[in-house]
This record gives sequence, C-alpha cells and structure tokens, in this order.
Amino acid sequence: MSIGTFTPQPGAAPFFRQVLAQTRMETTLLLRNGEQLLLALVIPVLVLLAGVLAVDRLDVSLSHRPVDELTPGVLALAVMSTSFTSLAIATGFERRYGVLKRLGASPLPRHGLLLGKIGSLVAVELLQLLVVAGLALLMDWSPALTPRSVAGALVIAVLGTSAFAALGLFVAGALRAEATLAVANLVYVLLAAGGGAVLPASSYGGFGEVVRWLPSGALGAGFRESFLLGTFPLGPSLVLLAWTALGTLLTVRTFRWE
Amino acid sequence: MHTRRLGEGAASRLDGVPAPVTDPPAVAVEGLRMAYGTKVAVDSLSLTVERGSVTAVLGPNGAGKTTTLETCEGFRRPQQGTVRVLGLDPVRDRRRLLPRIGVMLQSGGAWSGVRAEEMLRHIASLHAHPLPVPLLVDRLGLADCGRTPYRRLSGGQQQRLSLAMAVVGRPELLFVDEPTAGMDPQARRDTWGLLEELRGDGVTTVLTTHYLEEAERLADRVHIIDEGRLIASGSPGELTRGSGVSTIRLVVNRPFPEGAPASLRASLGDGTEVHPVDEHSLLITGPADATTLGKVAAWCEEQGVLPESLSLGQRTLEDVFLQLTRRELLR
Repeated sequence: MSIGTFTPQPGAAPFFRQVLAQTRMETTLLLRNGEQLLLALVIPVLVLLAGVLAVDRLDVSLSHRPVDELTPGVLALAVMSTSFTSLAIATGFERRYGVLKRLGASPLPRHGLLLGKIGSLVAVELLQLLVVAGLALLMDWSPALTPRSVAGALVIAVLGTSAFAALGLFVAGALRAEATLAVANLVYVLLAAGGGAVLPASSYGGFGEVVRWLPSGALGAGFRESFLLGTFPLGPSLVLLAWTALGTLLTVRTFRWE
Repeated sequence: MHTRRLGEGAASRLDGVPAPVTDPPAVAVEGLRMAYGTKVAVDSLSLTVERGSVTAVLGPNGAGKTTTLETCEGFRRPQQGTVRVLGLDPVRDRRRLLPRIGVMLQSGGAWSGVRAEEMLRHIASLHAHPLPVPLLVDRLGLADCGRTPYRRLSGGQQQRLSLAMAVVGRPELLFVDEPTAGMDPQARRDTWGLLEELRGDGVTTVLTTHYLEEAERLADRVHIIDEGRLIASGSPGELTRGSGVSTIRLVVNRPFPEGAPASLRASLGDGTEVHPVDEHSLLITGPADATTLGKVAAWCEEQGVLPESLSLGQRTLEDVFLQLTRRELLR
C-alpha cells in the first residue's frame, strides 16, 4: 500500500520526552493563571515585606533579626502554596474537564503524569526561591550556609513538597473541583496564619505543642533550623516524612480519575 | 466466523503454539455485560471490527454505545465477557495498547486555559511519529482559533480539536465517540472528509453516532444497538436492501383519519407493512410496484386525502431502525 498522509505509524515518544513535555505544559499553564501567580509569588513577597516592617514597628520579640526569622517561614509558605493549593486546584479541574481522562488515553503513563507534575512543582518552586531569596538578600538576609544547613533545607524542601503534594492530591482526587478550590484555599490560609509556617511554634503559646506536629509547622521549623542555626532539622524531617506517608496512603486509597 | 477466529487465537495461546499469522481483528467483543447499579447499560453484546474498516455503532442516546467504546479503550473493566483490541486486553495490556490507538472523547479533555494549537502540540509530543500539527489544524479548520483558549472555543471547535488529538499520533485504530454531535454543516463535512481520508490510508475506525446519515455515508459496517443489545449488523447496503423490499413514503395534504395505517395495510394485502411517521405521512415497506401504487392512490381517494408526494426508494437506515425498534432514532 502506498504511504498516505495518515498511514498508521503509531508509537509512544521516549518516556523522558513525555515527562519533559508534561512538565513544560503544566508549568506554562500554572504561570499563565493569574490567581496561581498571586498565590505563588505575590503573597509570599507581601508577607515578607509586611512582616519585616510590622515586626520592626510593633516591637515583637524575636530571638533573631526579623528578616532572618521570617525568610525561612516565607519560603515554607511558598512551598505550601505551590505543592498543596496550586496542585490541588489544578488537579481538581483536570479531573472535572476530563484532562486526566484524555491523558489516560494517551501514551503518557500515570507515573509519567505524576513525574510531570513533580517537575512543574520544582520549576515553580525554583522561581519562588529566586524571587523570595533575592528580595530577602536585598533586605540583608544572612542565612547560615553550611553544608549541613543547605542539605537540611534541601531535605525539608523535598519532604515538605511531597507531604503537601500528597495531601493536595488527596483533596483533589476525593472532592469535586469547586469543593477542592474552597478547601485548598481555606486550608492554606489557616495553616499560613495559624499553622506555624511563618512564625515559630513558640510564638503560639500553649498551641505551639500542636503546631509543631502540623506539616506547616514542621516545614517552617525545618527551614528556620537550617537557615538560623545551621543544623540539620531531623525532627521536622521525620514529621514531614510521616505526613508524606499518610497523604500518599489516603490518595492511593481514594483518588478517582474521573 | 469471527468467533471462530477468536477461538483459534485463544487456544493457540493456551497451548503455547505460536499465534496464527493472520492479525487478530481490530476489535473483538464477546458477551459483554456492563451494569451501573441496577441499570444494565450493555447486555450480552458481541461484535467484531475488521481491520481497515469503518464501523459505526448506531443507537439512540443511552443505548450503551459510549460504555462499549470506553470498555474497548480500557477505561472500564468488563463485568462479564471479554474485550480484545488489536488482540490485546485493554485493561491488562493498557500500556502496550494505548500508543497504537487514537481516542476521541465525547466531551472535554483539555485544560480550560490551554490554547487550541498548544493542546494539540502537547498531545503530539507524547507520540513517536506525530502528524504535523499545522496539517491537522488546516484540515480541520482550526487555524482561526489556534491561539484561542479552550474554554472560549465553540462546541464544534472543541469537537474538531478533540478529533485532531485522537488522530495526531498516527494511530492504527481510532475510536471516535459522536464525532459530529452539535457541529454546523461545514464542520461536519470537514470531519467526514478527514474520516474518509483516514480510511483511505488504512486506519481502522470505530465510531458511535446517532446520526443515520453519518453511518450511511461513512461506515462499511453498522451495528445497531438498542437498550444495550445488538439488534442488527451488516453493511448499510445489506441492512437497507433487506430481501428486495423497498419503501414508499406517502405524504398527504391533511392529517390521516384514525386507524389509517391499519386500514391501508388491509387494502394493500400481504407482504407489506405500514409505519406511521407523523400525522401527514406514512412509510410503506413492500414491493414498490404499479399495483401497490394504484392501491395506495385508491385508498387515499377513499379516505378523502390528497397525496402531496409519493416517493419510492430503498429503505434508509432510519427505516430499518424504525422497523426493528418500533420507535424513532432521533427527535
């Protein structure tokens, strides 16, 4: 038979190319969305600026300089917004609009889809790090940068991302898209305000005992320990590891693709 | 015939004998049953799709067409019976099957903020030898809306994009679910043109539709499904030709009196059937010869109605469906 325009020549692209394409697509869409950008960049920047100014004015007693105390917390906020809120909302609407179904009929395997999502989370988080750390350095941030603290911050970033991503996927896979939107935003606001991300657990009084076991509290504490003390945050790492396990279990048990 | 071939394949696998040289059929469904709660969507359905053919699964809404298709695509696991697509189990062999098939969903399937062409490019990038995106954009008339976000595309544009996504990976087997539902005539012609060209280049296509015109124009083989059951199969020619039966459509100037079909049937005699279409028209199946026409004219005079048109023709698929199910497919 002669070769026509549509003569079958099926096949999957190499796996890494598929994952790369998925990462690029998801990152592009995330950065195109105004609300997501607000969440990813504008809010952390405002919290950092307003926080440092407010601490200076209000004479809140912190054991370190305001910018040193707040920047690790704002980084925690940035990780939460991307890996939990953005991921949950995006995935919830992907379910609603049949995107997951459509991709499920393409050569991209499910673990490729997951890797693509992780890739886009990392890409956005690097952008957030650039903006937040850049601004903080302009405000004279002087983090403790030892091999141990850098490794610690990296571990906290990875475990914090996995814990919140697992929880975000749990919400997105179990609830309707509108409910996911509401829950993901509400939980973010609650954890940001009262979950020990930006301010240390010690500033919550008696409630601090609860806060340090929350994923937000562990994420904030982990970054603070790394950048303020220069030590490896073992305790917070273990808490985040436990939340990752719980979130993954819940997601695997309940996730519905349609 | 198809059943035997399927049997051979299964037996040789069990015996460890190499598979027969002949390719398995594109799709082989055997005794499929699917139920949602107490509602049976598909009931003991068996059908085969030969490679290189265009097969239409025709039936009214809710007949079980989409459920059947989604079982072939691996989205649903058969509750009873077996489904083989290109000789593979769509659930167990999903990863091997998916790169070889193209799937057009009935609706959705794209991010709301993604641009039409960007979406198509993305799906293309998941395949090894995709078609050139501009070619499909041009062929399906999507050039004007290539940069439009998906949520702002019209229903017909979304449908055409969805078809483009199904085709872009150069599949050997294409599943299209209601490809032209809600399209304007121009878009429908573009879509049909593309599907005809795909067949010309050897792509096997399974399409569901409730448009008879679509099945008649595109399909080599038609399976008519009603209430989850297969009620007729054949080429459009076989289905409409029947056994030398043709049709007469009678349209009159005023509504028929009560009991008109029975009375006409009585005056025409054996070998004919009369189906009411609406209050002004009847469909007569039987020998369309001068005698019958004479009798129809005489009956009209008796009833005091004037024939406005009396058209002879082969049965259409719509007539076949009407006869088989005693109800109309559309409307």
